[in-house]
Amino acid sequence: MRHEVPSRLRPQREDPLWVRVSLTATATAILGLLVAVPVANVFYQAFAEGLKVYWDSLTGDPATLHAMGLTLVVALSAVALNLVFGVAAAWAIARFRFPGRTLLLTLIDVPFSVSPVVAGLVFVLLFAAPEFFGPWFREHHIRVIGGTSGLILATAFVTLPFIARELIPVLEAVGPEEELAAASLGANGWQIFWRVTLPNIKWGLLYGVILCNARAMGEFGAVRVVSGNIEGQSQTLPLRVNMLFQDSKTAQSFAVASLLTFLALVTLLVKVTLERRAGAKAMMGPQELAPEAGVDQPVANQSLMGHGQS
Amino acid sequence: MATVNRRVLPGFRLSLGYTVFYLSLLVLIPLAMCYIQAARLSFSDFWSTVWTERARAAYGLTFGASFVSAILNVFIGILLAWVLVRYSFPFKRVFDALIDLPFALPTAVAGLVFANLYSPAGWLGRYLVPLGIQGAYSRLGIVLVLTFTGLPFVVRTVQPVLETFDAETEEAAATLGASRWQIVWRVIAPGVYPAVITGFALSFARAIGEYGSVIFIAGNRRNETEIAPYLIVELLDQFEFSEATAVAVVLLTISFVLLALINVLERWSKSHAS
Repeated sequence: MRHEVPSRLRPQREDPLWVRVSLTATATAILGLLVAVPVANVFYQAFAEGLKVYWDSLTGDPATLHAMGLTLVVALSAVALNLVFGVAAAWAIARFRFPGRTLLLTLIDVPFSVSPVVAGLVFVLLFAAPEFFGPWFREHHIRVIGGTSGLILATAFVTLPFIARELIPVLEAVGPEEELAAASLGANGWQIFWRVTLPNIKWGLLYGVILCNARAMGEFGAVRVVSGNIEGQSQTLPLRVNMLFQDSKTAQSFAVASLLTFLALVTLLVKVTLERRAGAKAMMGPQELAPEAGVDQPVANQSLMGHGQS
Repeated sequence: MATVNRRVLPGFRLSLGYTVFYLSLLVLIPLAMCYIQAARLSFSDFWSTVWTERARAAYGLTFGASFVSAILNVFIGILLAWVLVRYSFPFKRVFDALIDLPFALPTAVAGLVFANLYSPAGWLGRYLVPLGIQGAYSRLGIVLVLTFTGLPFVVRTVQPVLETFDAETEEAAATLGASRWQIVWRVIAPGVYPAVITGFALSFARAIGEYGSVIFIAGNRRNETEIAPYLIVELLDQFEFSEATAVAVVLLTISFVLLALINVLERWSKSHAS
């Protein structure tokens, strides 16, 4: 409608050209210095001593190789745990109304506001402190702290909200009509879930899994506390980066860091692709994946990766 | 709707039961342990643990640096959101995607690369250090890296609000004779500032808990560049469970207060928006 008004009669909404240019330039410069330059520097430093050193520091170091395997195991386990939780929580919260529902939503956000170090600490207290179950676990030779299970628990704690937070608004936006229809036609619970619900939420689910995985593989603080940080045993990739850095093995440290940076870039790429898909769908059917569909969804979905801007 | 659903759709008890079970096991019980452990200390013991000179310096640095970085994020965030919503320019998609990178990049990598960039031989340090600006192993470095990790919060809370502004309101103001500045301050700013406060609070809360990125660049000198989470890890490494827990309880309590505050702000800004 605005286009019909001749531009000279239309009051100015646009900033003057010099304002536009200088603001855009400033913004680009800040983003460049704060984000783009660091990313470029990671790869520059990783390859600074040549391709051979890069390759050797990734494949020739048994401790680094072990860290890769351990990171995969820990992240996959934590993601799997939170996936089951996320689906259950989203189903309960998006499909039903019950007392304490808002409280439950807030509780799901708690790991976001707890320092990762404190998250690690609580598991150390639980499983290793002499005052609680530490002696019992020691008697039964169950090693949680310093072992892989401790790493999985701490990582699962830190990444707990991601998938649930992603699924709740998606499930609410889709609405229960199709599931109600399926139920009235005699489908049982699993049939409804696999044939109706899952196809409707699969992109949101994938998105949540990707975000959760990125954070799980990169987690440092919580893992640092529960891990004994022993080379080739309880060291994940981020811990490996730290140890190499402390040993002044800069090139090796950046080589490992470049892997994690690559993971972050892939995550961003998937995010952009999925959002574009969601945007295209939103144009066809406005209710699908509408970001603000959650009735009382608290602020945390912004704190993920700002999925609200499709 | 609710009662119909529960009768017709299956899985209410199962899904809710599992959700509560998992949350209790992984979050509630472990966090409760933290408070129980701290409660074993007498009040004077607790106080003498959490209020040592070293701990005070660590809180001061943690909150000070987090506050400064969150303020920086407010200015940067408003600028980035404004440019992103109002202007079109080449590579805008890349620009948009880069804003989320701090959320996706592991914090250890952020710390590593910032420490390298601002060290005397680094890409930026080689120009800044001769000017007397020590970016690495200093408090400035902590602020820098916290600004990086918190960068997306303000942008992503302000951006959707800016997008909802319709041209008509601004045009009406202009028709009534408002200058460009008046429009910005009287029309746009009041609509945006609840989102700015929320973004600030999120960024601040995130910075307080941040550990991975900071320890690389801080240097971690006692009473000088040692943040509170680092202090907790130090105490734990010496098997000082009670002391570490006491400091953690302080941090945890502040996080919860902030979380509550963020929720209140969110509700308040929502009721203002409608």
